Amino acid sequence: MRRHHRAKGDSSGGPQGLPGISTTGRRAGTFCVLLIVALAVQATRVQVFQKHELDHNAANQRLTIQRYDQPRGNILVGGEPVTGSEPTGGRYDYKRTYTDGSRYAAVTGFSSQTYGNTQLEGVYDDLLSGTDSRLASWAVWDTVARRQNPGGDVHTTIDPAAQQAALKGLGRQQGAVVALEPATGRILALASTPSYDPGGFAGSGTVDRQAWDRLQADTDQPMLNRALRQTYPPGSTFKVVTAAAALTAGVVDDINAPTGAPSPYVLPGTTTELVNDTSACDRPNLSLDTAMVLSCNSVLGYLGVQVGLEGMVSMAERFGFNDAELDVPVRAARSNFDTVMNRSQLALSSIGQYDTAATPLVMAMVAAGVANGGRVMYPQLVDKLTKSDGSSVQVMEPVVYKEALSSAVAGQVQRLMTDVVENGTGRNARIPGATVGGKTGTAQHGVGNSGTPFAWFISWARPNGSDDVPPVAVAVVIADSDATDVTGGGLAAPIARSVMQAVLNGR
Amino acid sequence: MATPSATVRADVPSGPPVRTRRNTELALLVAAVLISVFGYIEVGVNIDGSAPADVAGYGVALGVLALLAHAAVRWKAPYADPLLLPIAILLNGIGLVVIYRLDRATPRSSAAPTQLLWSTLGVGLFIAVVLLLRDHRILQRYAYIGALVALVLLVLPIAFPPVYGSRIWITIGPLSFQPGEFAKILLAIFFAAYLAVHRDALALTGRKVLWFQLPRGRVLGPVLLIWAAFVGVLVLETDLGTSLLFFGLFVVMLYVATARTGWIAIGLFLAAVGAVGVGWLSPHVHGRVTDWLDPLGSIAAGRGPNQIAQSLFAFAWGGLLGTGLGLGRSILIGFAAKSDFILATIGEELGLAGLMALFLLYALLISRGFRTGIALRDPFGRLLAIGLAAIVGLQVFVVAGGVLDLIPLTGMTLPFIAQGGSSVVTNWIIIALLVRMSDVARRPLPAEEV
Repeated sequence: MRRHHRAKGDSSGGPQGLPGISTTGRRAGTFCVLLIVALAVQATRVQVFQKHELDHNAANQRLTIQRYDQPRGNILVGGEPVTGSEPTGGRYDYKRTYTDGSRYAAVTGFSSQTYGNTQLEGVYDDLLSGTDSRLASWAVWDTVARRQNPGGDVHTTIDPAAQQAALKGLGRQQGAVVALEPATGRILALASTPSYDPGGFAGSGTVDRQAWDRLQADTDQPMLNRALRQTYPPGSTFKVVTAAAALTAGVVDDINAPTGAPSPYVLPGTTTELVNDTSACDRPNLSLDTAMVLSCNSVLGYLGVQVGLEGMVSMAERFGFNDAELDVPVRAARSNFDTVMNRSQLALSSIGQYDTAATPLVMAMVAAGVANGGRVMYPQLVDKLTKSDGSSVQVMEPVVYKEALSSAVAGQVQRLMTDVVENGTGRNARIPGATVGGKTGTAQHGVGNSGTPFAWFISWARPNGSDDVPPVAVAVVIADSDATDVTGGGLAAPIARSVMQAVLNGR
Repeated sequence: MATPSATVRADVPSGPPVRTRRNTELALLVAAVLISVFGYIEVGVNIDGSAPADVAGYGVALGVLALLAHAAVRWKAPYADPLLLPIAILLNGIGLVVIYRLDRATPRSSAAPTQLLWSTLGVGLFIAVVLLLRDHRILQRYAYIGALVALVLLVLPIAFPPVYGSRIWITIGPLSFQPGEFAKILLAIFFAAYLAVHRDALALTGRKVLWFQLPRGRVLGPVLLIWAAFVGVLVLETDLGTSLLFFGLFVVMLYVATARTGWIAIGLFLAAVGAVGVGWLSPHVHGRVTDWLDPLGSIAAGRGPNQIAQSLFAFAWGGLLGTGLGLGRSILIGFAAKSDFILATIGEELGLAGLMALFLLYALLISRGFRTGIALRDPFGRLLAIGLAAIVGLQVFVVAGGVLDLIPLTGMTLPFIAQGGSSVVTNWIIIALLVRMSDVARRPLPAEEV
């Protein structure tokens, strides 16, 4: 075996030239200290490099416990919170409560310890739960000190009176209402029925789970947000878009002049006539105004074909169709207007049938765009975000969505819509002391049009004598009514009227 | 080879007078007590918003213990290493703070006062050893009796019911202690004594088998037998941590004494064989190895997080700076939070910064122990100091490595920090022996003997 030299200065060197205890002891000491270094390296690995992965492991309850260990920020309507938090006494300190859950469910969404967060509760979860970095007064220091900020508040644009009117009008029917402020795009009412109570399953207990299971099993789909997340064929309400396209394209110059529309109108390339609901429409050469007042399918179908596919697609898209990322900030479903069609399909689409499908939100944007002189504002549900002390985190400014119409064309379409309410199918929306423009729609659907028709109404209103932009525009859809005579004018227009009145009275 | 000289001499050249550094020790002790008191206050402020009512009591108790120990050292061991006692007081103080903090998270639990009681006993024994043990070489005479006593202590728990799967506790009424803790000191003394006498024979005589020179049976026999008896008993009791510690201690001391690296190779080989054997035979151990290799595996398997996973979650949550004392969620770790897993709470609430400071304290303590050994002149003292320092180092590694998922979890207590009376008392005796020996090592040569 190899002989080592005696360690220098070690008087008690090892036997026969082996290294002495000074040397071996030093080596053993180095080894023990290296063991401690290995611990330090491993601690660094776990606490720095694996931190994120471990913190977010589904079995790690720390993030969840932290999320619920302080009251959540609130969602406010008209300056009053419609949400709250209550101590649970369990492992999760607080759970969400709702002051009038079913009235605002379509606005707030839900915040559940078991089922997560949706809609405003979901979009602004960081702010409401207090983790949004904008809540920190001294961001870097707060991170270092791990200071947990109290949750911030979300102030909505909802007008409580309009919301109340919308829900009262919808009653027990399946349907939705969206009311907008045309000049700003602020959403004044957002209602979907039947609704649900998001407070019923906010916690993590058995009762919460049962409430959730009941809602999931309900065939009426109370948790579906029909105002934002469901599309329906818009039917005749889409004729507002077609009329605007015809005027913009110069197919029609004067709303009272004959349009040259034939009667009967045979769908191009077919032998099928495009039929009207009323025989008053079965005359050639009707004016656009008359056609709108009577809601003549043949005339508007003909005009849509005259405008052409490109012009119709372009006009529809300026009002929000085919936009898959319409975030208010809750994302709305994509409303559809086909971009590839033959001329007979285009004729049908121009009267809101075939593949045309719209959310109540987008149809409200149509009415609001017309009311706002042709400028479509980006719809928004939130006014501002604040810290718990009320200081602003973010204030939302109105944003222009699209310049859809020239002001001249917008004026002409406004005229058409007021005539519909004054003389036509929209009489049920008339409001004393106010100018109201509207358009009815009764959309067939189902196999062989067997389903109960969707009753639509879109409208806007301004006080008489005012030249300002109308303060309110509304879209109403009734999806499944028990009424025997389902028409937009009969079912939907009265709801629109009461919502518009609520806004006008509040001003 | 140098035989133990008649007079114990220190490894310092004559010349300028050696400073005793007792005032340094006093200043460090004051700092250690203050840090512990601040820890208490932090726990109270973070949990209740105000300092705990009994903070003064704990502070005074710890302060009085520190001062009494310091007085004993100043009187009877004036040249002792000035870092050993303050580090021990600081570690003990941190332990009390964290146990107190964990008490707060556990209803009807009051482990901190008990720990303070044991700490008092530990410091009492420290003082007794410093005052009464004039020369550590006396211990050499009792090495064999000590080994026998240690073996009896180890065998005793077999008569008592197992606690958490291991028969390592003796429970008498409200008192329970782990005799294995005391046994490790006695074993270190035995190894040091035996190896000091037989190191030449072990290193140089015997037949050559392949490339390795095997010592003669009658030299290696007794030590191997005693060691095998210890490890065997521990394996029967499923106290893996302590058997691993004894094994490591044996290998380290054998290497230091004989300078034969071959012993390390043989040691590692035997360890591997033993580990595989035990892992194969015992489902308890097999599960631990599985958890070590895949700590998050039980989550994927749908059985929820095991203790190692919970421990890693706690460490990760602490991140760089920790949540602050009292603000972690260490209650999620489970039943062993105050003993085996106390490091996870430290990692969670004091963060990587706190852990690094703690590891630094241990590294300092260990290196001071080794330094004492190297500075001593008599082989027995040298081997004993090195053995005692190695016990601390190996134990820290085995327990911290277990909860950090660096090695399989074996279940041991973090020296001075973890809840456990026998552990605290034993560690105080280790410190007392090191202080005693460091006084000898650092003492200047008496003038008349130069």
